[in-house]
Amino acid sequence: MTPSRLLTPLGLGLLLGLIAFIVFGPLLNLALWAFAEQWFYPHTLPTVWGFDFWARVFRPRAGAWSSLTNTLIVALSAVALSMALAVPAGYALARLPLPGRHAIMLLFLLPQAFPNLPIFVNIAAIFHQLGLTGTLIGVVLVHALPGLVYAVWIATAAFAAADRNLEEAARNLGATPLRTFVDVTLPQALPGLLAAAIFVFLDSVDEFTGTFFVGAPEITTLPLLMFNASMGGNYQVAAITSLILLIPSIGFMLVIERFLKADVLSRIGR
Amino acid sequence: MFPAMTAVVLLYALPLVRSLASAFHGDDGLTVAHVVRAFTLYGRDVAFSIGVSLGALVLIAIASIAIAGYLTLGATRWAVRVLRWLYRWPLFIPFVVAGQLSRSFLSTNGMMNTVLIETGLLSAQSAQSFLDWRGLILTFAWKQIPFVTLLLAGAMAAVEPSHSEAARNLGAGRLRALFHIVLPQAAPTLWVGLILSLVAMLSVLSVPMMLIAGNPTMMTSMMAHRITYYGDYGVANALGLFSYALTAVTAWVYLRLTLARETQR
Repeated sequence: MTPSRLLTPLGLGLLLGLIAFIVFGPLLNLALWAFAEQWFYPHTLPTVWGFDFWARVFRPRAGAWSSLTNTLIVALSAVALSMALAVPAGYALARLPLPGRHAIMLLFLLPQAFPNLPIFVNIAAIFHQLGLTGTLIGVVLVHALPGLVYAVWIATAAFAAADRNLEEAARNLGATPLRTFVDVTLPQALPGLLAAAIFVFLDSVDEFTGTFFVGAPEITTLPLLMFNASMGGNYQVAAITSLILLIPSIGFMLVIERFLKADVLSRIGR
Repeated sequence: MFPAMTAVVLLYALPLVRSLASAFHGDDGLTVAHVVRAFTLYGRDVAFSIGVSLGALVLIAIASIAIAGYLTLGATRWAVRVLRWLYRWPLFIPFVVAGQLSRSFLSTNGMMNTVLIETGLLSAQSAQSFLDWRGLILTFAWKQIPFVTLLLAGAMAAVEPSHSEAARNLGAGRLRALFHIVLPQAAPTLWVGLILSLVAMLSVLSVPMMLIAGNPTMMTSMMAHRITYYGDYGVANALGLFSYALTAVTAWVYLRLTLARETQR
């Protein structure tokens, strides 16, 4: 008897239903909280529904707008900074005959290979001496580090996947190296580079620990606002902020395969 | 190239060296006092962190092998398609949001207990909160299973299909083909996924802070506590050493296994 025969359609359906509950149950619970105005034990569902808390969160001086602006400013700057550093580095690592290339790749791997909380703690201590704690610049720098690491790896893979023959053909036809790069290499690597940029953006939007040590309490981003609301027992505000944070995360999850093609994915880390 | 390396050195290597230096630096030069203090004060939290991480890793491994295995070898087309659509949702959900999801879903009056009570699987009196070590394991697993599954399913898809087809033709069931042909070849990817998950779990601050109120809790929470309330970098960095050591041991085991595999060939 094979397992496939054991799992009749009914069994399969039940199992998938259970998985769906595990995946979506917590999200549904969160959505209920976002629209609940009154929800006390032992009621199974909220007793009063409405948008009251949404209005409260987005009141001009409630802090949500400034956190949202901070989050976007920091994320876009972190993307700009880490891509500006990662694109040349990725090209060099993919194309130039570098001595010690493996050691360099390893250097870019290390920040992901060890727990980063002690790093953030010590960055915060160093930034404190430099007067960078509690500033946007400090938060951007601390967000750019994990971003840079992803970006270098994905950019290297994206450039490695670009077809070399096309570049040589362009050079043979008289194109300058810069022109070859802009017109031939870059368009081929673009989906991968876009994926890298999106990764850095998402990572920065979701970043909590670094902001907690370097930015708080002067700089509040959405994750910190959410955390404070949750710890303060304000589940509605926490749920609403969480829903906002979920938009980019789920959006990217749905489109990831369009940006990260298998040929790039298989080259990451080589 | 060099600007990027400089950035990594300044933003990563320098703080790393500082954390190591501060863990061993006392008022009178080199000392192990911080490490000893960290261990006497937070030994239980270190043990707790190891237990929770191992529990979560086991759960992640089992679930991702099951899901990726079904995606690769599953016979029922529609079920494979539904599962492929379903499993990925938590992939990019931030840890801090996952923490909030668990706080509302796993609490005594959360949706999990409500549904269990409504369906008659649980009596209202015996409903209890899961916001302890179990909640941590479930939250970490919920967040990391899609990630490891994505990697593992990719590796399983890259396994030469003729290998498992040959095994099937020789009469092996799908389960046998999974455990004897496909999984061994995809195992290195599973290890990488598990190590990255371990690093993530030992780095996350928000989830333990949101789920666990007292002691013992994860090391990260205690490091933050040590710094916010005492400004004590020595003990905090000594605790950091334990989390480095834990990942280093796992990475070492992985390298041993890979080397053993390479020499077998």
